[in-house]
Formats: sequence, C-alpha cells, structure tokens
Amino acid sequence: METTADGGPLLVMSGIVKEFPGVRALDGVDLAVRAGEVHCLLGQNGAGKSTLIKVLSGAHRPDAGEIRFAGRPVRPAGPTDAMRLGIATIYQELDLVDGLSVADNIFLGHEAARFGFTRRGQMNRAARRLLERLGHGEIPPTAEVGRLPAAGRQVVSMARALSHDARLIVMDEPSAALAHDEVANLFRIIRELTAAGVAVVYISHRLEEIREIGDRVTVLKDGRTVAVGLPADRTPTSQIVTLMTGRTVEYVFPPRPGPREDAPEVLRVEGLTLPGHFHDVSFTVRAGEIVGLAGLVGSGRSEILEAVYGARRPTAGRVLLDGRPVKGASTADAVRLGMGLAPEERKAQALLLEESVARNVSLAGLRRFSSLGWLDRRRELAEVAQQLKALDVRPHDPARKVRTLSGGNQQKVVLARWLLNRRRLLLLDEPTRGVDVGARAELYGLIRRLADEGIAVLLVSSEVPEVLGLADRVLVLREGRVIHQAPGAELDEEAVLNMITEGSAMGTVGTP
Amino acid sequence: MSEAKGHGARPADTAPADTAPADTAADRPPADEQARVEAAAAKTAGRRAKGPLPLPGGLARLVDSRHAGLVAALVLLAVIGLVTKPGNFATSDNLVSILSLAATIGVITVGMTFVIIGGGIDLSVGAVMALASVWATTVATQSYGPGVMALCAVLVGTGAGLVNGLLIAYGRMVPFIATLAMLVAARGLAQRMSDRRTQLVRPENDAIEALSTTRVLGLPLVVFIFAAVAAAGWVLLNRTTFGRRTFAVGGNPEAARLAGIDVRRHTLLLYALSGLCCGIAAIIIMARTTTGSSTHGDLYELDAIAAVIIGGTLLTGGRGTLVGSILGLFVFTLITNLFILNGLDTSDQLIAKGAIIVAAVLLQRRGLEART
Repeated sequence: METTADGGPLLVMSGIVKEFPGVRALDGVDLAVRAGEVHCLLGQNGAGKSTLIKVLSGAHRPDAGEIRFAGRPVRPAGPTDAMRLGIATIYQELDLVDGLSVADNIFLGHEAARFGFTRRGQMNRAARRLLERLGHGEIPPTAEVGRLPAAGRQVVSMARALSHDARLIVMDEPSAALAHDEVANLFRIIRELTAAGVAVVYISHRLEEIREIGDRVTVLKDGRTVAVGLPADRTPTSQIVTLMTGRTVEYVFPPRPGPREDAPEVLRVEGLTLPGHFHDVSFTVRAGEIVGLAGLVGSGRSEILEAVYGARRPTAGRVLLDGRPVKGASTADAVRLGMGLAPEERKAQALLLEESVARNVSLAGLRRFSSLGWLDRRRELAEVAQQLKALDVRPHDPARKVRTLSGGNQQKVVLARWLLNRRRLLLLDEPTRGVDVGARAELYGLIRRLADEGIAVLLVSSEVPEVLGLADRVLVLREGRVIHQAPGAELDEEAVLNMITEGSAMGTVGTP
Repeated sequence: MSEAKGHGARPADTAPADTAPADTAADRPPADEQARVEAAAAKTAGRRAKGPLPLPGGLARLVDSRHAGLVAALVLLAVIGLVTKPGNFATSDNLVSILSLAATIGVITVGMTFVIIGGGIDLSVGAVMALASVWATTVATQSYGPGVMALCAVLVGTGAGLVNGLLIAYGRMVPFIATLAMLVAARGLAQRMSDRRTQLVRPENDAIEALSTTRVLGLPLVVFIFAAVAAAGWVLLNRTTFGRRTFAVGGNPEAARLAGIDVRRHTLLLYALSGLCCGIAAIIIMARTTTGSSTHGDLYELDAIAAVIIGGTLLTGGRGTLVGSILGLFVFTLITNLFILNGLDTSDQLIAKGAIIVAAVLLQRRGLEART
C-alpha cells in the first residue's frame, strides 16, 4: 500500500523480453501504471500488446526483465497466481463457461465451499453485491451465462475480477464486442473502479475511446516501448499514429482509374434484409469496380457479404449476378455462378491449416482438374504453381503446409483459390487482417490489379483508411443500414468515423 | 454445420494435445503476434513440410514413414509367431485364416476410415452388417438365388447408411448419437426379422459359400473381395475429388462450405459409403459362416474404429490414411491369431489390444511433435 500512498507506480514492468521460436515478440518493454489511473496500451497488430499482458497475467514467462507490483518483485506463475497477487485480466474472447450460472462463473476456481460442497446461497448473495457495485443488479446471479448478451458477459468477467479484490485490471479490447450505448456503461464502470483506487490497463484500437477514458498512454512498436506515459487527452493523433507506425505516411494505395463508363453491372443487391443484422440494403458493383463497406463490428458488413454469397439466407430482398437473380441460398451455387469469398477469419473459415498450399488453392476448383471425379494431379500442381507465381506467394512452394506461411501469404493463397477459375465477383472480408504493414501495400496492389482485369470487388474492412484508400465507391453502414454512399476519394476518415460511430456528422457531410 | 459434424458430442477430441501439441497457450504467441511470428518462422525455418501431393514413385510411398511403426509392429508379431509356434504360424492354412478373418472387418474399416477422416463416426457398422446378413438370408430373399441375396445385403447396408447420413447431415444430429440409435435399432430389426434364430444359407444358394471355399492362387475369393474394396477405397480417397473433399470436410467444414463444397451432401455420401461397406461385409460373413444372424458383427464397430485410430487417422477428422487403417487392422488380427495359436486366454488378448491402442496413440503424438 505504501506505493500508492507516496504516489509511486503500482505496477512497474521493465526490460521485459519474450522470445518465441524465430521471433522476439517483446524486446525490452517498459510499462509503469499508477493506482487509480486508466493506462492505455497502444500499438499495431503484432506490436506485442497481447504478449505483454500475457506475461503480466502469468500466461507467458518472460525471458528477461523485472515485474514489480505494489513495490515488490513478482513473477506470476499462472493466471491463478496473478489473480492472487491482485492482477486480473479480461481477455478479448471472454473466458467464461457458457453452461454455468453467473455466480458460478464469477467464483470459478475460488468457490465458496465447505467440505467440497459449494455454498450456493452465499455465492449468489456475493455475486449480486458485485453485480450491483458494477451497476448491473438486474443480472440474476442464477442466470446461465450462455444466454447473456455480450455486454452482460463482460460485466460478469469484471465481477470475476472484482471478486479477487483485483487492484489492477487489464482489459483487452473490451469495447470490440459492444454496441455504442454499452460502451458508455463500460466507461462508467471503469471510472468507478479507478475512483476506488483500482488501476486499469486499457487496450483498444479506437483512439477516440482512449481520449475519452484514458489518463496516460504507452505506445509499443515491434516489441519495444516507443513512448511512455503520454497524456491521453493532449497528445495529438498525428503524433500517436507516427509513433505506432514509425513513419508519417500510413499506407500506399494504388491509383484508382475507376471502372470504365461502359462497364457492365455485375452485382445488384435489392432491399436485402436479415433481421438483427441488416435492413433494406441496396447497392450495385460494376465490373472493374471496388466497392467498400465501412462500418463497425456488428454493423452488418460481414453478414451482408455472407448473404450475397449464399452462406446466410436473407428474409427479404434479392441478389442479382450479371442481371440474373441468384436463386436459393447455397455457397455451392454462388461459386458456380462465379463468386468467391475471402472470409473474415482466414484460419477458421478459409484454410485447411494442416494441408499443403496446393491443396488449399485447388479446393474450390477441383472440378477443373477432374473428369468423372478422377483428379489429374499433374495439371493441378502445374496450375497451382502458375497461380502462386502470378500472385508472388512466398515461399513459392506448393507442397509447404499453409500453417507455416505468413498472414499476407495465407491471404494470397485464399485469393489464388478463387483466381484459379475465372471469377466475376470477389467478396473480400478484412483482407489485410493479421497482415503486416509491408505486405499490405502488396495486397492493395493485387486487389486493384484484379479489378483492372474486370472483376467486381466488394470489400469489407474495419480500418476506415483502407476502405477509403482502396475503394472506388464507399457505403457507410451503421446498425445494419446504409447511411451514406460516396466515391472513396471524396470521403475523409474523420467524417466516416463519425458516421459509423454515431451518425452525428450526417448533417455536415450530407446525405446522398 | 458444426452440429451436423458433431464435434460437440466428442468434447475429448477437441483437446489440443491430441491434434497439435504446439498449440498450448504457453509456447505459442497470442493471435495478435501470430502473423509476425509466423512470418519470421517461415523465413528462418528451412525445413520443408512433407507435402500430401507425393512425387511419382512405386510402392515405397504406400508404406511411407508414417506407417513405419505399424510395419515394425507387424514384423515383430510375425517373429513372435515364428518363435512360439514355428510349426503352425507360417503355414498357408494359418495365413489364409488370418486373411479371411481380416476380410470382414477389413471391408468395414475401409468405410470407417472415410467417415472418420470426414469428421464423423459410425457406431452402427456391426449391427448394420448383421441386419444385412439376416435380410439376405430370409426365406423370401433366398428364393431369388445368390445374386439377389448379395444385392439385398448391399442395398440394406447402403440404405441404413443413407438413413444415418440423412439424420446427421440434414437432421443435424450428432454422428455419435445418430449411429448409436442405428446400432440399437438395426440389431433389434435383425432379431425381429430372424425371430432370433440363425438363418442358414440354403444348399441351392451355395454360390455364397463358394466365395470362401473357392480358392484362386491359394486364397479364398473373400480375400480378393477385401483387396478390391481396399484398392477401390484407396483410389477414391487419394485420386478423386470425392477423396479430396473428404479431407476438407473433416479438416475444416466451414472452410469447405465457404469454398463452395456441399458439406451436407458429402456427409450423407460418406455414411452411405460406410453402409455399402457393411453390406459387402455381410456377404463375406455369410460366405464364411453360411448363416445370417442378428448376432453377427458384435463389437465390430470398436475393432474398426480401433484399427483406424492406430492406423494414424485423427478422430477429429481431416487427416488419415487408408493404408494405415489396414495395417492397424492386421496388427489386431495377428494378435488374435497368435493368442489362438498359443492357446492363451481371450481375456488377455483384450487387455493386449487395449494396451496397443494406447501405445499407438502415444507414439503417434510423439511422432507429430518431432515433426513440428
């Protein structure tokens, strides 16, 4: 306690090094967090944020460096150990057990018990007190966690942290799964926690949130600390972005010639509706055109793509490809008609990680190499190799396991799959997620090149600059509705961010 | 689709230790850093993963390094046979009896390999084989002659497989439960049809029996049936789009669906294929015993699954080989044979088989770790 009394930091991590085979994820990171502050951790994907908090929570052992908590050197041996010290972590993917009740989840691992029998009444009462303290007395402690909405589950996670008397709570992208009004409640809870002397380490990609809730900012880049303790409200955005990227120009986008005047319309979507996801969505994509969907997670962007592709069945509206209505809802039909999807979760939804590059590329085009079901494997290999060369997949080895490729090259494998057969329409969901900055520019160039060859492209990205820089035309989505439509070149990032987060800027930007 | 695939029913299978030992939280960087880590790893690691598209070659690739352990086990068992019963083991009579014994479960194992690589499981195989044997030996069926009897067995097996497949693929039932229901129901139906009596193949239909008594090149015809099914299965799995899709559907059903593969139809076909194999197995058991009975094939499902597993096929689907399954089956058959030759207790035989399953899986896991 003496550390908080004299104003010294509650947590000091210094010179933390963590190596994984082949890479230094952390290369001497420093972090100092005071009691009662919200300390924001910023950095691009791969900068080392997640590794750092896993070191702090005991999930990883650091190879070098020192952690001092409340003035004493500590070395958390695991999550339970860290909890006992008073360090709680709320992960991105909430680690709750769906089938158990709220109270059971809160006290998981430290149940109130006597002779091995749990004391339900006592736990339920304690759980209710914690939930009330978090302003959510309406959540019944006996409810099954699997039935709660995302915001409710997060409250349960926080109640669990409080049940350990945590003095430091790490929150990894807590707002990612929340709707706008739920974020406000999250902030209220964080303020109450910090007022009670709890320190919060807050990780988010949303700079505007950091301005609102943060006290100080530490920036990581490539496993190193590049700035410590910047004031969250006064540091200019440009400075933070420069620190994160290490340069002033963010991305390089290829020039946009745009579709030719006489380019035919490839995709027409009319009044597409799927309750709970999107409503009355209409748009068109012409051959050679890249149309971007900008919106937050949960705005319905991925679901629209999946509905066009036949992976979800809309309740109203229709999809036309080359003027002909796409009947039924099956991905097999979509592929036959000339569509291709690069899904959001590359590893979970697109790749056979244990299989070779060749088998991953040929998966959707097996018919091409077969007669009466018999595979011509020589032709398969030859055409895959040709495609890998065309897209410059590295290493250029069709027999290599896809798992061993970098994110950018894995994405190219997914694209190669579709380019093996001539495509009319490519649906790209977060094509640069998990792809490092250098490889991004290459992917941008590739996507533009495909459009120039006459393919219609529908692009979804949570990174607004990416949509604005790459797309010929941009649809802005909020809560499942298209609220704005404009050429990519005419929109600026701030206006779009405003629209997708609250829509307040509609008056100033103008509606179509 | 995950319901249809039924991973939920086999929670133990999702344990990461079984599939990829390197995937534990401690020695793997978080998803955030994954891209960078992998990029670096791809640069530094010079070793080349062995590709599933093999280079042209002879028999060597059939028995490649993945099966070295099983081949070694077979050799060891043969040596034990030669040492303990030199006069009986290496006789042609004994080898024929080993192969005939293997033929019935062997055909079933071929179908089971497909189902398991495709991410499912079929518990009903033994019962479906029994039902097919009973249906093919009823008085009514037998009156049409041996050709119709064989056709009947195949149709009954395929039909039961189709029902399994419909329940799993379109009824979204967990494979374990749907095929468990079929196991119970098919055996019940077989008992009802036969009135719990063993039905003899009538003398005028002795063409069925001839399958096991006629010898070509010193081997009974049933052994050739098994060999033909195994060869056809190998071609189907390794040389056709159907086989390639089976790996995809079992390895990542969501990715397969989004790549335009009709995962449900494919799942249906996998169970129908397994049922077809049970029908063929019914013909073999009728030939070997000259009977159709509701008690045929008791616990065959466990023998078949065990053979597939020790053959190196992942119970979670997506990876496996038919050659491994058949080698695994021979390991089991050889053990049974050695115990019988040496006059040992069948109880000890069961204990030995259990130990072999555990040892095989542990050794395979070590092999995986060494490779990655």
